[in-house]
Amino acid sequence: MSTMLNKPNDGIDETLFTLAEYDARAAELGGYSNYSYWRSTWQVFLKNRTAFVLMIIILVLLIFTMIQPYLPNQKLPNEIYLDPATKMQLRNHPPDAEYWFGTNSIGQDLWARIWSGTRTSLYIGVVVGFLTAILGIIVGAIWGYVRRLERLFTEIYNVFDNIPTTVILVLLTYIMRPSLSTLIFAMCITGWLSVSRMIRNMIVIIRDQEYNLASRCLGTPTGRVITKNLLPYLVSVIMLRIALAIPIAIGSEVFLTYIGLGLPVDIPSLGNLINEGRLVMMSASLRYQLFFPAIVLSIITISFYVMGNAFGDAADPRNHV
Amino acid sequence: MLRYSLKRILQSALTLFIVITVVFLLMRLMPEEGYFGTGSDKLDAAQKENILRSYGLRDPMYLQLKNFYSSLLKGDLGTSIIYRPKVPVSVILKGKVFYSLYLGLASIGVSLVLGIGLGILMSQYKGKLWDKLGTVYIVVINAVPAAVYYLFIQLYTTEWFKLPILFDVDKPVSWILPIVSMSLGSMAGYAMWMRRYMVDELNKDYIRLAKAKGLKNSAVMVRHVMRNAFVPMAQYLPTSILLTIAGSLYIEYLYSIPGMGGLLIDAIQRQDNPLVQALVLIYSAVSILGLFLGDLLMALCDPRIKLEHQGGSR
Repeated sequence: MSTMLNKPNDGIDETLFTLAEYDARAAELGGYSNYSYWRSTWQVFLKNRTAFVLMIIILVLLIFTMIQPYLPNQKLPNEIYLDPATKMQLRNHPPDAEYWFGTNSIGQDLWARIWSGTRTSLYIGVVVGFLTAILGIIVGAIWGYVRRLERLFTEIYNVFDNIPTTVILVLLTYIMRPSLSTLIFAMCITGWLSVSRMIRNMIVIIRDQEYNLASRCLGTPTGRVITKNLLPYLVSVIMLRIALAIPIAIGSEVFLTYIGLGLPVDIPSLGNLINEGRLVMMSASLRYQLFFPAIVLSIITISFYVMGNAFGDAADPRNHV
Repeated sequence: MLRYSLKRILQSALTLFIVITVVFLLMRLMPEEGYFGTGSDKLDAAQKENILRSYGLRDPMYLQLKNFYSSLLKGDLGTSIIYRPKVPVSVILKGKVFYSLYLGLASIGVSLVLGIGLGILMSQYKGKLWDKLGTVYIVVINAVPAAVYYLFIQLYTTEWFKLPILFDVDKPVSWILPIVSMSLGSMAGYAMWMRRYMVDELNKDYIRLAKAKGLKNSAVMVRHVMRNAFVPMAQYLPTSILLTIAGSLYIEYLYSIPGMGGLLIDAIQRQDNPLVQALVLIYSAVSILGLFLGDLLMALCDPRIKLEHQGGSR
């Protein structure tokens, strides 16, 4: 395009003009606004001190979790360590300089297991968050936008919404053998329903506004109206859902492990570790095995929850100045 | 109202039918080891085949489904194989239902009272200490998995208040912790809802009018705000029932309460297929019924329906 728009040579000396530097105050006088949705969202988010601090904490934690195996002097999560003096398994060794979080009841290093478990749990959370978001958006967008299907989808939703999620979760993991993919599958099956309803409600609100009417009059195909006109408005809500799906998924994993349907012990996860800690919690000297995973888990879930909510508030244009 | 109820009943019945059918069909996908009970290694292939045949598991699927439904309608939920061999599930359940029922109802009651109280307290001290403490409580309960805070409650409150760590029918003190723990989740929900409602409502014109008339703050609260707030409260009841059911699974296992939730976990761990099937069906039915009653209650509480009644009486 640019090659076609050659400036006509009207004899003006280009060297007489210089580009003015951007000045916010002068721009305002001229009635120009440099409002940017994402910058305003970010500014409002930064005003929430708690959420900001938690964001820093979670970022540090995430980066550390990722690089932990590559740091020097790290132990392996599944290796059983022996006591150098007796050559026996180093059972329930309290935290010290060598084993920072101590060892568990068969002599595995809790520090390494906790970070390995955090990786597993976060992996489950993020995958479930994204998959439910994708599935929920597809169903919700069709449900909200295609009028002919609306009644049918609503009836189907009403029937499925009556089925308690806990029961589905328990049943599916019971029938399929416990594994990472089983957990993710079961959580996705139960998770997408609420996302799709929320997306549907948003779309119903904005679908009949004038610019969409105009698009329809111009004969824009439904698919393009959904992706270009509607979905951009939903980005913030979708991100909020993903952020909130992570603590929920981590919680479900703990629950399923707790009732005996979780991952096998050789795949450490926060649920597994807390369950191991639960078994020894009655003797006060071994409670560190419950505390450390519980603390790491609480930091992660609370951070995501608070950040998600703060971001949801910040993404609402009504809160922008 | 009648039309709505009828439609809602049909919907629930359809859901129940789908759930039961799906649960039954999914259960047929389970590995067959679960049907042989203890000492299954001594059986040869022919004997195993005979056992499966005697349970009717070699019949065509539609026949199995038909038999299942006809026995279900007669109230026969099947027979336990491993948990208590050859004992009908309904007999096993008979002694257990009441614990779950009492605990569930008690915790719904407790959470309703305490949650609404907390919400009112928070809205009265908006932005002050009580509000902040309440917010911290709500965030923690919503964010941290229930299994984790239940553990810590059991671990520490038993030490601090000298409460029994396990459940005992004859000791009423031992009921406190399970009921309180089960209430925490729904309590947070009620408190959050109540606070938001009261804060929103305080800026409305009818409240300003009531204050301008010279009514005392407490009178405005009791006569105007709270009466209005209770009506849509019914909306949260179904969720509360579901939360209580999920909670009962942990709590009964944790405190060794001989109820249905603990039984389900036992049955899962021992792979007793018919028992798991029966319990999953009961839990689904209870939640579907709970959601139905909640929706009905909401329709009943709808102010527009009330207006109709008043109009008729005049």
